[in-house]
Parts: sequence; C-alpha cells; structure tokens
Amino acid sequence: MQNNYEAVFIMTPVLSDQQMKEAVDKFKTVLSSGGAEIVHEENWGLKKLAYPVNHKTTGFYQLLQFKSAPELIKKFETELKRDERIIRWLTVSLDKHALEYAQKRIQRLSGQKAQKEAEATENVAQEANKEQVTVESENNKEE
Amino acid sequence: MAEQSEIRYLTPPTVEIKKKKYCRFKKNGIKYIDYKDPEFLKKFLNEQGKILPRRITGTSLKFQRKLSVAIKRARHLALLPYVTDLLK
Repeated sequence: MQNNYEAVFIMTPVLSDQQMKEAVDKFKTVLSSGGAEIVHEENWGLKKLAYPVNHKTTGFYQLLQFKSAPELIKKFETELKRDERIIRWLTVSLDKHALEYAQKRIQRLSGQKAQKEAEATENVAQEANKEQVTVESENNKEE
Repeated sequence: MAEQSEIRYLTPPTVEIKKKKYCRFKKNGIKYIDYKDPEFLKKFLNEQGKILPRRITGTSLKFQRKLSVAIKRARHLALLPYVTDLLK
C-alpha cells in the first residue's frame, strides 16, 4: 500500500547552495531507497521566517511530494530529526482533495516555468535584434 | 394621546441593510485549504495573528475546522506568526 505524502522542511541559512543541495539529495535518497517514488519537488529558496527558530530569522524551504508506504514515514522523520541542518519540518498525508490541489499546483508551476523560459528566449531574441540594430547604425556612421 | 407616541425624526433613521454572510469556500468550490499560502490565510486572521471567529467571516463549520488546521500548520512552518502586532 502506498499513500501520498507531502513534506516541507526548513534548512539553516548558514549552508551554501551546494551544501543545501546535498542535504536535499540525502533526504531524497532516504526516500527512494525506502521504495518511495518522488512525485514533485520544489525549492522555495531563502525565505524570511515569521518568527525566529533556533535564533535564525531566515531559512531554505524545500518541498517534497512523494508516494510511499506508511512505514517509511517514521524512518524519514527520524532522519529529519537527527539532522542538524534541518530546523523545522512537517510531513502531511494528502487526501483526495489535497492531491487534486497538488496536481493543479504542479501544472500551474510548470506552466509558469514554461512561460518564463519563453520570455527569456524572447528577451534573448530582442537583445539580438538590438545588437543587429546597433551594428547597423554603426555601419551607417562609418558610411 | 396617539399624537404623543408618534416620534418624528428630522432625518429619517438609517436602517442597516444586513448583508448576508456566506462561506467563501462553499461559494467558490474550494475543497482543500492550502497551508503553504500564507497570503490567503491572512484574510482569516486579525491584527494580532489570531484566527477570526465564524461569526465574523461567515465560514461554514466544516471549512472553519479545515482552515484552523491549515493556519496551525502554516504557523509551525514559520509562514505565519503565532503572536504579533500589526500583521496587516
């Protein structure tokens, strides 16, 4: 039996980007080695906390959505608890409404991503056009 | 005697028209309240970060329960404060 779960955890802001990725990878391997399937992951980046936790006012937020057997959750939470890099975590199981919402969220985020990429390529194209224009104007000057 | 009991106002008294409150989750067909969206949850908090009662927001009992769980989860993850002043 596999249930759907969602975990959000906060890592200390003292980590570098590389160390943060390592920490995330560690928990992903904990899950995947336990037979869980990671459906979705989100990195919210460095966010300000609403109140200080362990004398820290900011933290890296990470979200993992996965399918796993219920027995694995205890092990996963123990790992989170033992890790000094994690300052807060929350694991919740997703019911059918939550799952529907999560799927919509994934779609919306992937849509935004695609849009951003499209904009980026557009910008690049525009810049290239600008460059051409400037080159042309320079050519005109030379003439 | 009837004339005495008749009260005359210079300006007609304003009778408040009661706006019917409604549950916005039921109206908009929201089935799941996301704890990861603090901006939305802030609509149901007062300035000190306390959860507003149903009699003010008009939320139905079913969704008030779900809402309180979502707010408490958000507080645990430091997305919302437990206590504060001037939240808005």
